[in-house]
Amino acid sequence: MNRSFLAENPSVMWFLGCLGLLTLGVTVLAEGFGLALLSTSMVKILGMTLCLCLIAVAMDVVWGYCGILSLGHFAFFGLGGYAIGMWLMYARTQGIVVESLANAPIPPTQEEINDAIATQIFGVVGSNELPLIWAFADSLAMQLLFVVLVPGLLALIFGWLAFRSRVTGVYLSILTQAMTLALALYLFQNDTGLRGNNGLSGLQNIPGLLHMPQSTIALWFFWASAAALGLGYLFFAWLISGKFGSVIRGIRDNEARVRFLGYHVESYKLVIFTLTAVVSGLAGALYYPQAGIINPAEIAPIASIYLAVWVAIGGRGRLYGAVIGAAVVSLASSWFTGGGAPDIDLGFYTINWTDWWLVLLGLGFVAVTLFFPRGIGGFFDMLVRKS
Amino acid sequence: MTTLLEVSGVSVTFDGFRAINNLSIQIAEPELRAVIGPNGAGKTTFMDIVTGKTRPDEGRVVWGDKNISLLGMSESAIARAGIGRKFQKPTVFEEQTVRENLRLALKNKRGPLDVLLYRRSSKGAARITELAREIGLEGDLPRRAGDLSHGQKQWLEIGMLLAQDPRLLLVDEPAAGMTPAEREHTTDILKRAAQTRAVVVIEHDMEFVRRLDCKVTVLHEGAVLAEGSLDHVTQNREVIDVYLGR
Repeated sequence: MNRSFLAENPSVMWFLGCLGLLTLGVTVLAEGFGLALLSTSMVKILGMTLCLCLIAVAMDVVWGYCGILSLGHFAFFGLGGYAIGMWLMYARTQGIVVESLANAPIPPTQEEINDAIATQIFGVVGSNELPLIWAFADSLAMQLLFVVLVPGLLALIFGWLAFRSRVTGVYLSILTQAMTLALALYLFQNDTGLRGNNGLSGLQNIPGLLHMPQSTIALWFFWASAAALGLGYLFFAWLISGKFGSVIRGIRDNEARVRFLGYHVESYKLVIFTLTAVVSGLAGALYYPQAGIINPAEIAPIASIYLAVWVAIGGRGRLYGAVIGAAVVSLASSWFTGGGAPDIDLGFYTINWTDWWLVLLGLGFVAVTLFFPRGIGGFFDMLVRKS
Repeated sequence: MTTLLEVSGVSVTFDGFRAINNLSIQIAEPELRAVIGPNGAGKTTFMDIVTGKTRPDEGRVVWGDKNISLLGMSESAIARAGIGRKFQKPTVFEEQTVRENLRLALKNKRGPLDVLLYRRSSKGAARITELAREIGLEGDLPRRAGDLSHGQKQWLEIGMLLAQDPRLLLVDEPAAGMTPAEREHTTDILKRAAQTRAVVVIEHDMEFVRRLDCKVTVLHEGAVLAEGSLDHVTQNREVIDVYLGR
């Protein structure tokens, strides 16, 4: 990364500046350190929104720049969340168990402690044994490694199989939907070692920081999310700015032509697919400790479709478009479905936004596709070009 | 002159239709060769086979000094081995600038990591300027390729071919949709390229072929009907029958 990259891409500086201002503003207004004008739950929502913006940026790279309409990237997001959730849940349960057994007349053996932890976590699915995939759950470092490795390896294997067979277009989209659906259905089962439809919960309690008020932790996670989004944005902007970006945009527009220029198209797709999956996993690992709970419903096929809708509404093929789309739509979504929007009484019928939000979103998506194919980001482009 | 490409006894069938029927062609290096023939004679399929887009049912396609078979290789590997192709319809990357198009084609390592760590060099920039001058697009480097005229797109694609620095250029109807002045320029570029490498031009237009002034291969129903100078083949009874109808 050199100076000429930032000089040639002023939008990156603008974006980072806006993100910095937002972070400063939230910090000043937050309950944790500042004027307490923003509630802790609001800070959490904003932090989660930044994580969604990060996966939207990844989605824009894989779809808007490389032309692969993946409808399965939320699976990687969820896997990242599960990987970190395992450590959060294990370490916290361990703390509770050790504390409660400390007063026992006979000091507990390690085996007894382990059994008690397993019963605590898995009693809900009728098991009292720690599954094999929890072998490293006591190690934060290992679980952080899994945040990167598990989504990365899944994407690598899936992508290798799909791209090698030259599956493209809508067929690939269907395949990615099948992947995320299969994963969700698998995780819904009680005996897969991840607590079935209960999922992992209590993730907002960070082991070792239990004395810390949630308002402070919320702000820390907000900062981490902002930093991750900033770094992710910078990384992808750099990736797509040079010759590499030229190749992947070429693949989007005419795959066969790129092949006849001597580029091994499949390798490029695999690199992009895997890189974006890893970033999605990282975004998930930051999201779920703020959300507090993860369960298989999070990676249902619809989640990945929403992701594509955000990017489309924001304007694909421009990274800030993806950020705008994800932020606007997901914040609007929580406003409408959270009861923030007042019901509209038509006399003969009352529009209840909790139910009607999806209709509004669907209409919005159709309208953007028909009338503003460049999305909200395209609007910005027009303003910049005029001035 | 040594043989660069040897196609022998190649046949391809599409759904029962024999597009190529026991075709044998040899291309030397350097050489300029025109391939003509009526519609459906198998001209484009011949290119598809050489570039790896279509796999023949039988026959051999042998390349270079080491007599490597091209049949097991992927399109991108064949391109890296030194075969460049220009399509019938001009296919440039319309969303990207003329400079980016040429940079994509410029002979460099093609692996993802090599490309990611690619650094602009003064040598590369000089080569791009030189190519742009040759194809008459020197002043258009920062322009979007999609904004070029049809003829300019054709040239840009030829420029991209030259940028690859291939040993064999396969050029499909380069003069389609060009004005007479543009055609002349295209002839010059191709003739100059053929001084150091092999160039195969597929063309419909007899006048353009005459201007190329080279050995001509006439294809008909997927096989070679006649080969030799243009005057020689146009006097061939069979060729006249095929072109004028029986």
